[in-house]
This record gives sequence, structure tokens and C-alpha cells, in this order.
Amino acid sequence: MEAKLINPFINATLHVLETMAFMKVRPGKPYLKKDNVAKGDVTGVIGLTGAANGTISVTFQEKCILAIVSNMLGEEMRHLNGDIADAVGELTNMVSGQARKELEELGRVFKAAIPSVIMGRSHSIAHYTNGPRIAIPFSTDNGDFTIEVCFER
Amino acid sequence: MNTSIKVLIVDDFATMRRILKNILKQIGFKNLLEADDGTTAMEALEKNDIDLVISDWNMPKMTGLELLKWVRANKRYAKTPFLMVTAEAQKQNVIEAVQAGVSNYVVKPFTAEAISEKLKKILK
Repeated sequence: MEAKLINPFINATLHVLETMAFMKVRPGKPYLKKDNVAKGDVTGVIGLTGAANGTISVTFQEKCILAIVSNMLGEEMRHLNGDIADAVGELTNMVSGQARKELEELGRVFKAAIPSVIMGRSHSIAHYTNGPRIAIPFSTDNGDFTIEVCFER
Repeated sequence: MNTSIKVLIVDDFATMRRILKNILKQIGFKNLLEADDGTTAMEALEKNDIDLVISDWNMPKMTGLELLKWVRANKRYAKTPFLMVTAEAQKQNVIEAVQAGVSNYVVKPFTAEAISEKLKKILK
């Protein structure tokens, strides 16, 4: 997969979390992920169509998403629940939107579906295509999260 | 800016409605109503005298753009200020919203200051 398709998702993630959750996050090195087991405890998935078809997912460790949503809402969140799932859906939506804006500037126009959210330890992430899964790990002072980008070959 | 007006916040994500409510309350708005999609927003508009609509774009059942077109086509609400707050940031989205009569447009993610500035422009 072209690196220029991955970078917009990294930039979008940094921008979304800094703006909405006031958090500095540190991207790690992207790698090819071989299995469908989520690295996190709650995952947002959104389908993209257009210049290519695929999905992106954002999967958060519990401690990480509790800190993020606490910052977003200005109140302490202590447990994974419906509020957290809702926030993960919106975060996924915003990452998708920002990335698609940058991709448009590269001449690649995408449309996005409405995100879905999965919660639970060691759940599976189903990408809609069988293309390579590029995982991008991110770390924060409150745990880690991972973006997966998967476009058809 | 008149903060005693009645504001309808439309977004399918409760998180975003809460964030927007927090920002609007900080600015001084008190009369805040919510809807989680376009069709519920239409009902809220029919039952209440809404002075300002703040709406997401990408929602199930009825999109924010469809809601905007319905608002502009209805004499009762045609001049109601309508702020689109959406993750849809591509040029074509903005063009469609402007053509449909949006009052202003904010791209998610946003700061509280960005919302405040847009509202000052709309409600001056």
C-alpha cells in the first residue's frame, strides 16, 4: 500500500486527539498486521468507498479511551459503557473525515459510511476487503491505541 | 450575541451533542434542545420555535444536508440560521451545503473558540 495513503490517517489522528481531547499522542512505526484480533478493548470501524474500497479501524486500550473521553467531556469516565462506545464512533468518524480531506488534496476522493463500534477483550476486527492490514500504533501518557487501514489490493 | 434564543443540536452521536452543549452553555446559551437524527429534528422544529439549528451531516435516516434543504424549503423555518458541524470536510461537501443555504460550516474536530466565532457571525 502506498505510504501516501497512510500518512493522512496518522495526521488526522494527531489532529483529532489534540483538538478534541487536548492530548499529545506519539505515532509508532506502521507494520503489516497478520491477524484480526484487536489490540484494544473497544474499536470503531468505518467503511470507505471511492478512489479505493476499504475500512479503517481505531482500537483503544481501556485506560487510554477512558482518559480520552474524560478529556473530551470534561468529566471522569471510569468504565467502558455506551457513552464510551458512542465517543469511539465519533472519534472514528472524525479521523475518517480529516484523513479524507487530506486524501482529497492528493486527488483521492472517498466517501465514508456510518461507523460501527465493537467492545470487549480480544474481539475481532472485520475489514471488508482482503487487502493488507497496515497497523499504526500510537502511545499516550495513558495507554495505547492502534489504527488499522485496509484497502483492497 | 443573543444567548436567550432556542437552539436545536442535531447529531447521531450523544458525545458530540454533549460537547456542543458544554460549549454553548459556556458561551451563555440556556435553551438547548437535542435530536439524534434529521427526522427527529424535523419533529422538534415543528413543536418548538427554534431560533438556531446546529446539525451534523452524516446521520442515519435523514442526513444533515437533507434536513437543511427541508428547513430552507419550509416558509416557517426558511430564514432560521443553520450551522453545519461535520466531519465531512471535502470541497464538494462545503459547496453542496452552501448551495443548500447553510449559514456557516464548522469542520470536526473543532475548538470551542471556532464554534463561538461562527455563532457570532451567524447571530450578529
